[in-house]
Amino acid sequence: MLVAGIDVGAKNVHAVLLRDGVPIARVVVASGFDHEGSAGRGLDEAAALAGVRKEDIDRVAATGAGRKALVFAADQPTEIAADARGAFALFPPARTVIDVGADEARAIRLGPGGKVVDFAINEKCAAGAGAFVEAMSRALEMSLEEFARVSLDSTEVIPMNAQCTVFAESEVVSLIHANTPPADIARAVHDAMAGRVSTVVRRIGIEDPVVLGGGTALNAGFVKSLSCALGGVAIQVLGEAPYLGAHGAALIAWDAAQGA
Amino acid sequence: MIANYGYEDGSGFYYITIDGDLCAVCSHRRCVEACPQGVYAIEMDDYDEFVAVVTEAARKRLRELCSPCKGQNGGGGPQHRLPCTSACPAGALRHSW
Amino acid sequence: MDGQREFWRWSERSWQAPDLDRQAVTAVTAGIDVGSVSSQAVLLAGGRLVSFFSTRTGSSSPDSAVRAFKGAGEPLGITLDDVSYTVGTGYGRVNVPFADRTITEIACHARGANFMAGPAVRTILDMGGQDCKVIRCDERGKVLNFIMNDKCAAGTGRGMEVIADVLSVPIEEIGRRSFEIDDEPPPVSNVCTVFAKSEATSLLRAGWSVERVLAAYCAAMAQRVAGLIERMGVEREFFITGGIGKNVGVTRRIERLIGVEALRLPEDSVFDPQIAGALGAALFAHSLHRKREKERGVAAGAGAVMPPVDTAARKDLWPPAAGR
Repeated sequence: MLVAGIDVGAKNVHAVLLRDGVPIARVVVASGFDHEGSAGRGLDEAAALAGVRKEDIDRVAATGAGRKALVFAADQPTEIAADARGAFALFPPARTVIDVGADEARAIRLGPGGKVVDFAINEKCAAGAGAFVEAMSRALEMSLEEFARVSLDSTEVIPMNAQCTVFAESEVVSLIHANTPPADIARAVHDAMAGRVSTVVRRIGIEDPVVLGGGTALNAGFVKSLSCALGGVAIQVLGEAPYLGAHGAALIAWDAAQGA
Repeated sequence: MIANYGYEDGSGFYYITIDGDLCAVCSHRRCVEACPQGVYAIEMDDYDEFVAVVTEAARKRLRELCSPCKGQNGGGGPQHRLPCTSACPAGALRHSW
Repeated sequence: MDGQREFWRWSERSWQAPDLDRQAVTAVTAGIDVGSVSSQAVLLAGGRLVSFFSTRTGSSSPDSAVRAFKGAGEPLGITLDDVSYTVGTGYGRVNVPFADRTITEIACHARGANFMAGPAVRTILDMGGQDCKVIRCDERGKVLNFIMNDKCAAGTGRGMEVIADVLSVPIEEIGRRSFEIDDEPPPVSNVCTVFAKSEATSLLRAGWSVERVLAAYCAAMAQRVAGLIERMGVEREFFITGGIGKNVGVTRRIERLIGVEALRLPEDSVFDPQIAGALGAALFAHSLHRKREKERGVAAGAGAVMPPVDTAARKDLWPPAAGR
């Protein structure tokens, strides 16, 4: 049986295709302004990649901020439900799930069996989400990958005063003018963002093991800063982290298809 | 003078309130030592009274600095005792969470 | 083409008392407000307003302080040597190298608003470049209670500058143009300036007029600020200071939300809501200078002291048309 999960975020659409519960294709396309169109495109590409016909997909589940636009999705789980389902499947002992995407950060506490016990969301603020690091890497004229990498070479901790992305941009510019090493600036940016995200996590409490998903999980500089901000806790980055929500949604479609 | 320092997020407004009139007559200043994050300092205010203030650096980061005390396991509501409010003998210090 | 235009740029302002007898300008006190976005200097002579200047804050706070002072002093030939007492205020107040004392912008805005709009003012909304504060004060402009938020561009001058650039609308036209609409649209859903930027772009793509997007953005900003005011409660009279105080697109919508109209300065008033902080600082400088002179006078056994703030002079400058 073929099922698909689509995560329609503010920046990207992630799609995961499962055959009998096993992933056979993953694709990412830009969200753009037409969510339904981009999601359709994501599904087309995933089907093409797996060598199957789109019509043969038995059930589709959509999650993410733009999920309501997808009328063809039989299930529309919340981001929390999708993340929890995905994390439980990828790493069953997980108790704390953190998902940091481009425009939102979420923390979920899981009980036995992957049940959601509590959750917290940082919404409506770019400073606590991937958009923050993106904006700062632009100010430093670096690619996101480069920005993440150099931050690991930082030798000095410098504080970032500005918490808001708009003000932090000017602060980064003045740090550049003051000839601060880019590595230290990048580290400061990651520390500032990790501080914000840690606030969200502390709201639900930290319980080991802690797992991290979402696009920002690929940023090793951020992961290091987040671990420090959470008091040195070990953070396990989930495999295919950016697809966490899509994978969870696909599993929810799979669960539903089997139940039906 | 009553000072309210705080922040706003998706779930609402949060404030630390310091009643300067109550604070100025108290000489203990225990809040400064009680706060594990160094949020408070004693400064001369604009009307020449020495009172507790939230330091300039901390004002921008209250969300983050106060979260270890207030946010553990979902926070505690009005019964939850914070180190700073518990330490203040004058009752000048309040948190809105 | 418009590619080179800086839509966020607001005009610098300079004012000097007309028909001023330079010889009569003595006992000069200065208030310097170095904010995150703009810096102002206000000069008083014997407690009477003689000059002010408003400019953009540069990358260095001390330089901005000096530049603001020169802007106010040079047209009158006043140098730092002529100034008896200087108070620094604002975000960069510790960086006013020539200040005799620093005072918080909260106290200065209250005092400045009291002088500018009269002693009936009880609630002040200060909408600055980087943050927003609500202040309650007594009839002498002394702060009783205030509330301030963590620094976020939403609802501030800096946020407005970003939107001016995104929509290519000169910042000083935003207020007026935000009312050139048939019906009031719902506020943009994103408060965060970064997200509001992309929301504004997609609204334009969806066929909204620039004016409608401006209205939706001003409304969102007003909503955020109104929440802060309502926490503190509004006691009349209500007055708005700071740069955004000049943006009617935001201020009118705040008034609508809280159901209280703000005091308006008369058409011919020389005051500018953006100088309230520096004005308050200059007034503090005047009192502190008088206090110092008095102490010296007592010590020396002399009686000559400076006159108190000349409230009659204030009435000359601004006929206190009660109400609005």
